[in-house]
Amino acid sequence: MSAHAQSRGPVGLIGRIRGAGGDSWSLGDKIGLASAWAAGILLCVIAAAIVIYMLYRGFQYLSLDLIFSHPEAGLDQSKSGGFFDPLQGTLALTVIATAIAAPVGVGIAVWLTEYGRPSWLARAVESGVEIVAGTPSIVLAIFGLLVFQQGFLSFLSYEATPGVAFGRSFVVAGIIMSLIALPLVVGASREALLSVPRHVREASYALGKDRISTIRRVLLPASRRGIGTGVALGMGRIVGDTAIVVVLLGATLRNEPQGGIPGLSFLQGTGSTLTTYVYNNSPVGEGGSPEKAYAAAFVLLLIVIGLNFVVDLITRGRGPSWTR
Amino acid sequence: MDSLSEERGMDASRTLLAGAGRLPPPVRRIAPAGAPTIVEPPPGGNGHLPAGSLTPELKRLPRPDSPAIERMRTEALSIAYGEKLAVNGVSLEVRQGEVLALIGPSGCGKTTLLRSLNRLVDLTPTAVRGGRILLDGEDVDGFDVTHLRRRVGMLFQQPNPFPMSIFDNVAYGLRERGSRKPSRRLLEPAVTEALHRAGLFEEVKDNLEHPALALSGGQQQRLCIARSLAVRPEVLLLDEPCSALDPISTATIEETIVALRSEVAIVIVTHNLQQAQRVADHVAFMYLGDLIEYGEVEQVFSAPLAERTREYVGGGFG
Repeated sequence: MSAHAQSRGPVGLIGRIRGAGGDSWSLGDKIGLASAWAAGILLCVIAAAIVIYMLYRGFQYLSLDLIFSHPEAGLDQSKSGGFFDPLQGTLALTVIATAIAAPVGVGIAVWLTEYGRPSWLARAVESGVEIVAGTPSIVLAIFGLLVFQQGFLSFLSYEATPGVAFGRSFVVAGIIMSLIALPLVVGASREALLSVPRHVREASYALGKDRISTIRRVLLPASRRGIGTGVALGMGRIVGDTAIVVVLLGATLRNEPQGGIPGLSFLQGTGSTLTTYVYNNSPVGEGGSPEKAYAAAFVLLLIVIGLNFVVDLITRGRGPSWTR
Repeated sequence: MDSLSEERGMDASRTLLAGAGRLPPPVRRIAPAGAPTIVEPPPGGNGHLPAGSLTPELKRLPRPDSPAIERMRTEALSIAYGEKLAVNGVSLEVRQGEVLALIGPSGCGKTTLLRSLNRLVDLTPTAVRGGRILLDGEDVDGFDVTHLRRRVGMLFQQPNPFPMSIFDNVAYGLRERGSRKPSRRLLEPAVTEALHRAGLFEEVKDNLEHPALALSGGQQQRLCIARSLAVRPEVLLLDEPCSALDPISTATIEETIVALRSEVAIVIVTHNLQQAQRVADHVAFMYLGDLIEYGEVEQVFSAPLAERTREYVGGGFG
């Protein structure tokens, strides 16, 4: 009796697939289980292969010199410099886009969970977020170009010819880039807010607090973990996107400040990120310097793994937990 | 062997369902009548909980006499959720100096009635209300709702401290809207006093900066009492405050309730009839939205007037 019950557990399943009395399993089930195992192991192998190969290439080609020197134009690869500008570009673009996506995303999530009225508007906002989440970033990029080339928006980039905005800059790319992080921020924040039981909100109301103070002092602190996760995941998307950088940041060799005001000129100017640097230097791009592409890709991978680690840290342990 | 005992177990449950016991139900075998195998509480101390739940006679917590002053009253109060009538024409008085217990089977409207007293029912979009609720003779509809809720505090079934420090939890109601002002130094006396009144101060006095959610369930619930008391409410509404707690925490909270009743009018909703007997002065029995019986606790439990009340307090239904 007890032996029979044990054989229903997962350990029993493995025993059976190995042929120990597999009489009660049909062939189809055995194949299904074996392929599920194979799929899982294959994924681990692929992930390990990427990391190990990039580690190998990275250590082979990466040097501090490469990280801290500016890229130079030239066919001689020993003189074409490093990727300081693209690295700077990745960091700057991530900061700009996150600074837009995080507050807007949290705001949308708060409105959806705590207000959500009229309900047709809430449904429309939900579908809007879903549509943005489902739109390929290249489509968002082309749309962004259309919008930001309008003359009256030239302050976000610069005037290429009088009356026509260039439509490519760190600000413009950051704005559109924030759209690809936004759905992740909204989704994670919303889930976190919904997981706060109703009686916790009511306890705040019962102390004579209004909705705004309840959101600020109780709900947002309680949702910190979820919001942090959403933001970190969104940053991962931003760091990894290429299409928007090519179309809206110009993917220039170096960061090219525009205009005379220091700092602002950087935001109005064009540049590139690690993703476009990797693309341009890979065999399919024009740079033809695979070593540098590998080194930059390695740094990119480190950034993304670092972000994943941050997500792990945030979600590990327990958030505030109440009984429902 | 296994299957045999399984079969017998099924058999026993079948006879239990049928109501005719060929075999005694398994519960009897586990807990023999007579001396329970638990430690006897010291007489007179604060360990009256096992005695209260095991002996049939009425156990009440020792209580000082305090004059009863009417604070709240409902007049022909009716509340409906959409088409469904939850409370039907109930008139009740809530007095300071005594504890009023609302009892009745699930869905009888007692929680709805309780939540209407601080207008928390207003948060439910489908709820409609008829009749009047008065606080010190004034209609609660005339109050600013945040002002009303400061005067009529509430404690919930589940302990629900906010995700902040113990100190900030108690100070929460005292601070203006969302801000952190007034400062900690100014609020310290009020917070300390509220923690004292809730009987929690000695346990947490060295850890006021610790997160409140790290406290035990019973401590969390007493922190919630302190949080309510900090804003100096005149009426305190308790919605099954001990149903998620262990017996020791329950006993502590019941003592706190009885001790508070001279300063605050207390209404408690409870499913635990022993608890109602222990803490209440007056009891209101509700059934399907109607107030069936209202009277002093001794009378309602030992000599109920209505047939329904007799069945309920005698365990006939519910």
